[in-house]
Amino acid sequence: MAEFKLPANSRVVRGKTYYSSGTAKNLKNFQIYRWDPDSGENPRVDTYQVDVGNCGPMVLDALIKIKNEIDPTLTFRRSCREGICGSCAMNIAGTNTLACIKATEEIQGDVRIYPLPHMPVIKDLVPDLTHFFAQYASIKPWLMAQTPPPPDRERLQSKEDRAQLDGLYECILCACCSTSCPSYWWNSDRYLGPAVLLQAYRWIADSRDEFTGERLDDLEDPFRLYRCHTIMNCAKTCPKSLNPGKAIAEIKKLMIERR
Amino acid sequence: MSLRTPLARVRGLGSAKEGVAHWWAQRVTAVALVPLTLWFVISLLFMTHADHETLQAWIAQPIVTTLLVAFLFSLFYHAILGMQVVIEDYVHQEGTKFVSLLVMKFLLILLGGSAIIAVLRIAFGG
Repeated sequence: MAEFKLPANSRVVRGKTYYSSGTAKNLKNFQIYRWDPDSGENPRVDTYQVDVGNCGPMVLDALIKIKNEIDPTLTFRRSCREGICGSCAMNIAGTNTLACIKATEEIQGDVRIYPLPHMPVIKDLVPDLTHFFAQYASIKPWLMAQTPPPPDRERLQSKEDRAQLDGLYECILCACCSTSCPSYWWNSDRYLGPAVLLQAYRWIADSRDEFTGERLDDLEDPFRLYRCHTIMNCAKTCPKSLNPGKAIAEIKKLMIERR
Repeated sequence: MSLRTPLARVRGLGSAKEGVAHWWAQRVTAVALVPLTLWFVISLLFMTHADHETLQAWIAQPIVTTLLVAFLFSLFYHAILGMQVVIEDYVHQEGTKFVSLLVMKFLLILLGGSAIIAVLRIAFGG
């Protein structure tokens, strides 16, 4: 059955509080999910008092400050710090987003930070995305064509055809949308989820690709595609303001069109 | 622990190459149910004080019989499709899923079938 309650060893308990020792005036509490696979203990939520007056504006700045100055054991992924790599995707104040483009100022009260929902946790805020990226690989995310490319130039595309990829190519595969989708929570073993389906549509919509039919064949499945029940959490949470729900609807329309 | 690769697990048994018909039938019955349900509810509201004979005579009118059968068919077909999705979403143990799908479909076909037969019996003066 669907998991409505966490197993006993996954229940989150209250952890330590790290009080600010200095004379900082502008303090904000960061409540952060912690779990260490080596300790054998339940996950806990630690509270860190951060002087946000003396810290960069984004949640990622605060996380880096905590790691540098308060608790070096805090573990999270980050890289580009400008919303293009997708590494620092996490659940901040109840919504999946990128820590590097989420302003601390926007969050009322304490800042609650959890890893992406319903994914296996490797440590603290680091989820295991192996299955997610295997799903991405399964849709063959590259241009497939039988016709060889022209010998003297690249494959051409009209401006109108190129415009078909707007709203799709910007996806950075941060997994915010897929891990916000209840259907993906319950059935991610077989349902591909919004991110991977948006990527699948990115290649279906590409005028240079010659394997549209085969791509649709691979998606035509009650679980792979049709577990999408247009809940639309994906579009609501996407830190790049994309709409995976619409991309999935376009795939469903093509499925009808080719009957 | 499984030693299969993540990609092998994702590919699994491959695509079922179906699901379009189910999805489309669910939309079509949903659209059909909008006018049919409105018609059914409004008609009943007009007959709140009608006696048994009046109601039987109403059901026996050819157009009413047809619309009632269409309404009941769409309703139960839509219910079967919807319940199937709910069970597939939430029941993950293969055996339990298989049995609950079968039982659900049997029950709804029996209910829908008897409702339609009841209408037809009145229509054809059983």
